[in-house]
Amino acid sequence: MAQIFAYIVHKDGVADDTALELVAAAKKLDAGTAATAVVTGTGAELDAVCTEMAASYKEVYKIDNAALAYPNAEVVRKALVSVLPADAIVLIPHNTFGMDLGPGLSIKMDSPFVADAVDFNGIEGSTLKVVRQEFGGQVSTHVDCDISAGAVINVRPGPFLPDESKSAGGQVVDKSGDVADLGVGRKFLEIIVPEAGDVDITKSDVLVSVGRGIEEEDNIEIANELAEAMGAVVSCSRPIVDAKWLDKSRQVGTSGQTVKPKVYMAMGISGSFQHLGGIKGSPFIVAVNKNAKAPIFQVADVGIIADILEFMPALTEKINEQ
Amino acid sequence: MEILVCVKRVPDNEENEIELNSAGNDIERDDLVYSVNEWDNYAVEEAIQLVDKHGGCVTVVSIGDEESEEVLRREMAMGAEKGILVSDDAIEGSDGRGIATVLKGVVEKGKYDLIMTGAQADAGAAQVGGMLAALMDVPYASLVNKIEVLDDKKLKVGREIEGGDQEMNEITLPCVLSIQTGINEPRYVGIRGIRKVASVEIPTMTVSDLGLSADVVGAGAAKVKRTDYFLPEMGEGAEMLEGSTDEIIEKLIELLKAKGGLQ
Repeated sequence: MAQIFAYIVHKDGVADDTALELVAAAKKLDAGTAATAVVTGTGAELDAVCTEMAASYKEVYKIDNAALAYPNAEVVRKALVSVLPADAIVLIPHNTFGMDLGPGLSIKMDSPFVADAVDFNGIEGSTLKVVRQEFGGQVSTHVDCDISAGAVINVRPGPFLPDESKSAGGQVVDKSGDVADLGVGRKFLEIIVPEAGDVDITKSDVLVSVGRGIEEEDNIEIANELAEAMGAVVSCSRPIVDAKWLDKSRQVGTSGQTVKPKVYMAMGISGSFQHLGGIKGSPFIVAVNKNAKAPIFQVADVGIIADILEFMPALTEKINEQ
Repeated sequence: MEILVCVKRVPDNEENEIELNSAGNDIERDDLVYSVNEWDNYAVEEAIQLVDKHGGCVTVVSIGDEESEEVLRREMAMGAEKGILVSDDAIEGSDGRGIATVLKGVVEKGKYDLIMTGAQADAGAAQVGGMLAALMDVPYASLVNKIEVLDDKKLKVGREIEGGDQEMNEITLPCVLSIQTGINEPRYVGIRGIRKVASVEIPTMTVSDLGLSADVVGAGAAKVKRTDYFLPEMGEGAEMLEGSTDEIIEKLIELLKAKGGLQ
């Protein structure tokens, strides 16, 4: 069994939630092998993350280089290729950074790539059994991955519960000297933070959140009326923002806002993991959707199979009557 | 600017409830409505807008059977000038790397400054663009939601990252970009538009036309293989409210009051 490595995403000297999820993912992949954390960056922030990770990983590879101050996936890829053994099994969070890094890394390591793994079902010979999802989570699949020459596996944030035991008592190994040329054709410039919208959806206890099921821009008014009746605020899923029917500041999801309401009304939202990633604090979730197979029904507390364009006005009317 | 956009014909997520077939080893494909992968459509629109502004030509390529030709024609009706269909039984069962290898073959048959893919497709892997770039040894940026041409050698691109932030990068050409939805508003394609391109010839290529040996693609070369489909465990799942609309609403209002959703 080849060595397992977990790439640690971090920011401002603090490891991302996925860092401890990958401890659990690595154990599920192969309970017999202690995974090694790989942390790239520079200076004091990097040192802080390495120290933090030594509590959870037996071994922590530190790769310090000024070119790694910002995690540009193209630069990180080059660093990893020069530091990791060719048959490494590399776990990377399947977030916007991991999507940038994983596929290309697998080519350069000449190893197979599995995207967005949600579970591991053991190893038979040199075949790793992986569970994935397709069609926006409507169906799951079993995937066989030949790991005889290593693998790059992007792991979905969320399904693996973080391993909080912090009892590894690991050591930091400085691998900075192994890094060769880090020149790439892509240069990081800056982060642009979006302007605040007219409404702060993160401050509302009750959200009426609309998705594709709203069908047309004019129908947003139906959601506004329900929200008004409930004393709630209207939020939405990504397709509504893509269609420019609501402002980006109204979007719930990993690429939008993270919300912590008491009650979340998912109206015509299918429930992709990116959308669900933006809902924290275990709210009471009500899902209304025409599609009985919509993944949102797996996570909702209460589900109703209905057309929101008929259901929402009926609900609004009843609430207003009371 | 010569731009190649890679597009895929996929079951339309909006139009279909995906179900398992009776054998449980595949999804039920008989009555599925297919269309162009949504992300790819944004990529084609972006390519057309870049060419409108800076000159050049947009080529769309798809890997699939003759039905994928419909998807190519739809994208050509939007304004892509040329189409290429790669169709070969040998490609069946390819993993992401196999598909990226075929696309590299297509790229090498032409001369492109910029190659675009959708950020992801039906399998949700988001892998082909990054693999293609690495195989070609050119720079890559994923989840791109803004493109600005700086000069004939450089682009400024925005990537959508967590929390709605945008990561700005300078990237040298040629390069591969995977395009995120919302980057633009794809134009509407009417039946008239599709009729106009109905007679444009779309060359069909095989693996050997691309100078590739059949053993670098297909199930034989794949190290990642889907073995079956299954329905995800519902876990606890939602309590489904049933009955007449009035009954459902009454029950829901009760629950909402108990949970603080209604005063």
